[in-house]
Amino acid sequence: MPHKTFFWFFFPSGLAMLLFIGLPIISSFFQSLHIEPEQILMEVEKCDPFGCKTETKVDIEATTKLQEEQPLGRFNGLGTYGDRNHLAFEEIKEAWRNSSSMSEFIDILLNLPFYKALLFTLTFCFAVTPPVVVLGFIVALSINTLTKSLKGPTIFGVILPMIVTPLIGSLVLFWMIDAKGILGATIQYLFDDPNLSLKSSSQLTWITLIIYGIWHNTPFAFVVFYAALQTVPQDPIEAAIIDGASRYERVRHIVIPHLYPVATFIILICLMDNFRVLEPIIGFAAEGVAQSLSWMIYNDLRSENKMLFGSAGATSMLTIIGVAFLLTPVLIRTWREFRTER
Amino acid sequence: MESKINRYSKQLILINSLFIILWLVVSVFPFIWTFWGSFKVKADFFSRADWMFAVTGVNTLIETGDTSTVKAYVESWTEGEFWKATLNTIIITVSVVTISLFLGTLGAYALSRSTYKYTFWILIAALIFRAMPHITLVSGYLFPFFQLNVWGILPTTIIVLVAINQPFTLWLLYSFFKTVPKELDESALIDGCSYFQAFRYVIMPVMWPGVITAGLFSMMLAYNDFTVTSLLLNQQNYTMVPKINAYLGTIEHSGNYMWAVSSVVSATAPLFMIIMFFQRQLISGLTAGAVKG
Repeated sequence: MPHKTFFWFFFPSGLAMLLFIGLPIISSFFQSLHIEPEQILMEVEKCDPFGCKTETKVDIEATTKLQEEQPLGRFNGLGTYGDRNHLAFEEIKEAWRNSSSMSEFIDILLNLPFYKALLFTLTFCFAVTPPVVVLGFIVALSINTLTKSLKGPTIFGVILPMIVTPLIGSLVLFWMIDAKGILGATIQYLFDDPNLSLKSSSQLTWITLIIYGIWHNTPFAFVVFYAALQTVPQDPIEAAIIDGASRYERVRHIVIPHLYPVATFIILICLMDNFRVLEPIIGFAAEGVAQSLSWMIYNDLRSENKMLFGSAGATSMLTIIGVAFLLTPVLIRTWREFRTER
Repeated sequence: MESKINRYSKQLILINSLFIILWLVVSVFPFIWTFWGSFKVKADFFSRADWMFAVTGVNTLIETGDTSTVKAYVESWTEGEFWKATLNTIIITVSVVTISLFLGTLGAYALSRSTYKYTFWILIAALIFRAMPHITLVSGYLFPFFQLNVWGILPTTIIVLVAINQPFTLWLLYSFFKTVPKELDESALIDGCSYFQAFRYVIMPVMWPGVITAGLFSMMLAYNDFTVTSLLLNQQNYTMVPKINAYLGTIEHSGNYMWAVSSVVSATAPLFMIIMFFQRQLISGLTAGAVKG
């Protein structure tokens, strides 16, 4: 295809991506270099019968004027990245100097907003992914043995948790684990503790969120494994049967090696998708104890009158760096695939 | 394959069936529970006394005179203006699917037929774009959109969702067009068609399976989106998902918690219907690119 034809075919799609994915990243970076303007204070002398006092007041007129002149705020360089809500260099230095033991230092570190969110995001990613892969594989194996007429409806049932949007999915579960809902009440009954609530402690909330993550992500792993199972070559399996291999041995030595590449694909996609976890935190109303990087950005942008563009931009940039780490293996894999295709 | 050795033993069949039934319950039961509960009053759905009330509807009987009620549905659709959210969702979903398929088929066709090296780099760039968390993009949109005064309206959100959707659509349709034999449109070119004519008269009639799959994913993205719609639309233009979140958040609706429950059912039901019809396409799309290994 000549360059010119290619250009016109690809132009609309490319333009859309450039304008609404490429530019926002740059715009986000630009925002992160700025900080909201400070309010201009002025001294007013107030006199009443008992004498005169000077008061400092916000000069609304000047502040508005400044805001109009510099809507993005003043230039702050990389200052926002180092402040308390992001990488917190000062605080870390101080904690390093003042803390007597390593555990105390780590304690202080993990109470800083950014590191707290990073810890949750990574915990969520790495706690959800392995069970998803294992469960997805087991579900795929067992559904594969069903008769054909049962397969369709079963698959439909199994993929439901993946289809609904995470917010709705987490709400549905949240209502059930409520202390007054069916699961919450059952758990209280089982542990014989009428005050037990999954919302009561941060550990329990984290576990609930992780269980939700597994529930939501397993169907994806299942679908991919299930499709891959259809491509397992039959000849080696038949040969293994003749040689007297048990069912377990056949799965262990023929099916699983065949599925390794698929498993890495699932792991990578799962890690990348869960790195942006946001909706479950809102659905489970877990903002108090579990914040993710995405949630920090969401929180900065939520209030309509005072959005913290600078702070949100800086967190976005740091999140993108995190995504880049997770993305590198995917890119290398795609690169190799292309090499072999040509 | 139906050799005697490979038959499943009775124990295995039993364990297997039990496991599948258990897993089906885990996946499906929460939805059935919510569906059933949405016809009850709040005192039953969140019952302090006994969770069985949610099944039998004791308080619902006391409050409304029947064991199930559609009060929450009627109120959320009228008073809660859920009809408006539904309308907005329909407008956004239909526009996003149409536009992103239009752009996507053209772009992906070009990518699949060009032999130059830059197609590779474009596809890699699309992959990187696809991995960007949506919230980081939104943080980049808000400020310029406020300055340009286009924040809060439906068209902006539609364009943004189309763009966010492009990388995935491109990849999906690219791998689909790769399976369409090149000779098909090449012969049309030899017969004197332009590239566009070849696309219009030769490729378009055979591309529908791929387009349906890509359309299904665009639909799910637009229909399910929360991050973009909740931050880029103003309250009056909310779609279903942010609307449900709004029901939960505000104090004025706190007495109407059941609005959220019934709206969850209203929003989920059509989606499940569509997936029931297009399950095969959904699965083929999810596995595109994965299975090749």
